[in-house]
Amino acid sequence: MKPITLPGSGIAKGMAVTARNLIGSYFNPKRLVTVQYPEEQSPLPENSRTVPFLVFDGDDPEAGLRCVACLTCEKECPPQAISIVGARNEKGKPAKHPESFEIDITACMGCQICVEVCPFDAIMMDNDYHHASFERFESPILTKKQLAKPNSYYHRIKPTEAAEVDARLAAERERKEAARQKRAAANDPSAQP
Amino acid sequence: MIRPLDHKPAFGPTADTPGPAEELLEISMGPQHPSTHGVFRMNVVLDGETVVRLKPVFGYLHRNHEKIGENVSYLASIPYTDRLDYFSSLSNNWAYVLTVEKLAGIEVPERAQYIRVILAELTRLQNHTAFLGFLLGDMGAWGSVLMYAFRQRDEVLDLFESLTGSRMMCNYMRFGGCRCEFPAGWLAQARRVVDEFPAFLDEMEALLVGNEILIARTQGVGVVSGADAINAGLTGPILRASGVDYDIRKVDRYGIYDRFPFRVPLGAEGDTYDRLMIRFLEMRESLKIVDTALLDLPDGPILDPKAKIRNLRPPVGEAYGRVEAPKGELGFYVISDKTGQPYRYRVRPPSLINLTLLEEMCIGHKIADAMVILGSIDIVLGEVDR
Repeated sequence: MKPITLPGSGIAKGMAVTARNLIGSYFNPKRLVTVQYPEEQSPLPENSRTVPFLVFDGDDPEAGLRCVACLTCEKECPPQAISIVGARNEKGKPAKHPESFEIDITACMGCQICVEVCPFDAIMMDNDYHHASFERFESPILTKKQLAKPNSYYHRIKPTEAAEVDARLAAERERKEAARQKRAAANDPSAQP
Repeated sequence: MIRPLDHKPAFGPTADTPGPAEELLEISMGPQHPSTHGVFRMNVVLDGETVVRLKPVFGYLHRNHEKIGENVSYLASIPYTDRLDYFSSLSNNWAYVLTVEKLAGIEVPERAQYIRVILAELTRLQNHTAFLGFLLGDMGAWGSVLMYAFRQRDEVLDLFESLTGSRMMCNYMRFGGCRCEFPAGWLAQARRVVDEFPAFLDEMEALLVGNEILIARTQGVGVVSGADAINAGLTGPILRASGVDYDIRKVDRYGIYDRFPFRVPLGAEGDTYDRLMIRFLEMRESLKIVDTALLDLPDGPILDPKAKIRNLRPPVGEAYGRVEAPKGELGFYVISDKTGQPYRYRVRPPSLINLTLLEEMCIGHKIADAMVILGSIDIVLGEVDR
């Protein structure tokens, strides 16, 4: 490496670097990177993820919930943190609605596989990290009521992603509507052949 | 509190270790220690301050990673691989995904290959930066080099967070490509990080390279000869610091590494000083690779749309895939039996195998050198214990 000339010159050069950092921290914001949490908090990038949440459209968290309890996320979750009980209707058939949906955030790794495999865009990753509590058993199990958040919240934390999802769902709805109308026209006995 | 031994040490002096038993001191540099890079324990037998015997004890972070791998699907193992060498999660992802792609015969599109190279080299950059900080902390630099190093490393972690969602547990590679596309502005941010990195390396070199204290503490300490290193199965920077030219990126040319011209730095003495300096040189070479990759990045898909992510059932067979992780050769050996879970899932952890020569390296040196030698091997207990 570099040859040493004066004894102690290596240490002196090192001290010049630390002095430059110390003095520089008063003038150059890049040298002083401490964030005075909790008064200031670093803004998170859009993709940031901690634990999942359920999306509902509209105002009613029960009626607008996109989840149909298909149990795909429960099957794919690596640490098996998701527990779903699907609702049954009066005849005992599965209603497309979860009766209970719980995520154990002590088990959840935040790996986002549940979001990837959900066929209905019903579960998304939240970026809220304020999950600390005073006891260990009740609070870490997030229930359906705690998990359900409106689509407007999703737009607020992840605008780009939410816009894409909305566009995809709208296109899907239009496609289904067009197919339905075509079927209705084909079955309509009063239509001209 | 030092007291003389009043019993025969557990693995104590044999015919070839000098000194009567009453003069030797056995201490446990126990799992709770600020400098053992995780929960790692060394039972050291000392003659005064000189190390006479050393036995590493690990397993405090054993989390049944390989057994879990046998019971979850192939996709679900990917987030668990993040947690092996938790500093270089993207390299771990790539090693595992490479193995399963070999097993199932899945092709990877061009753009995804470039993205994988960019992220793997950025991982190497932030890993070596963290290594610098920790080694200097072990030597008693009380965190100033650590803080400078982490200040720069944070820039790279911010890049990872805006792309993958998480700073360290990235979970980004998939069988046949990468999980998602770059967000807007990521490439410009990456370009900025890569352009500012050499200034940081220059500053660190000015701080460290000529420093007399560093030289006195690291030169001639923990020497490993090239022949010993090969016999013990060492890989990675520790092997190259002993003068052996073996870099898996050049040997296997996995991914598209053959398209990037980069040099492989080699050490001359094989001591701690070489192991420290070789990482500076490796970081500069990594910067060259990321530079080229960012310029040449082609358009195209990052994942085959027909790629099977869920319910992947590779054909019956076995595959061993390895990458040049920042710590050494990280290999995955997967045996498939046509069900959705592997029959056997084995990780070749570079940190564990690099610890093979820890005793030989430390014997004859002082106890403080043992700490520096351990630091220079660059272990992560998540990988050693899995």
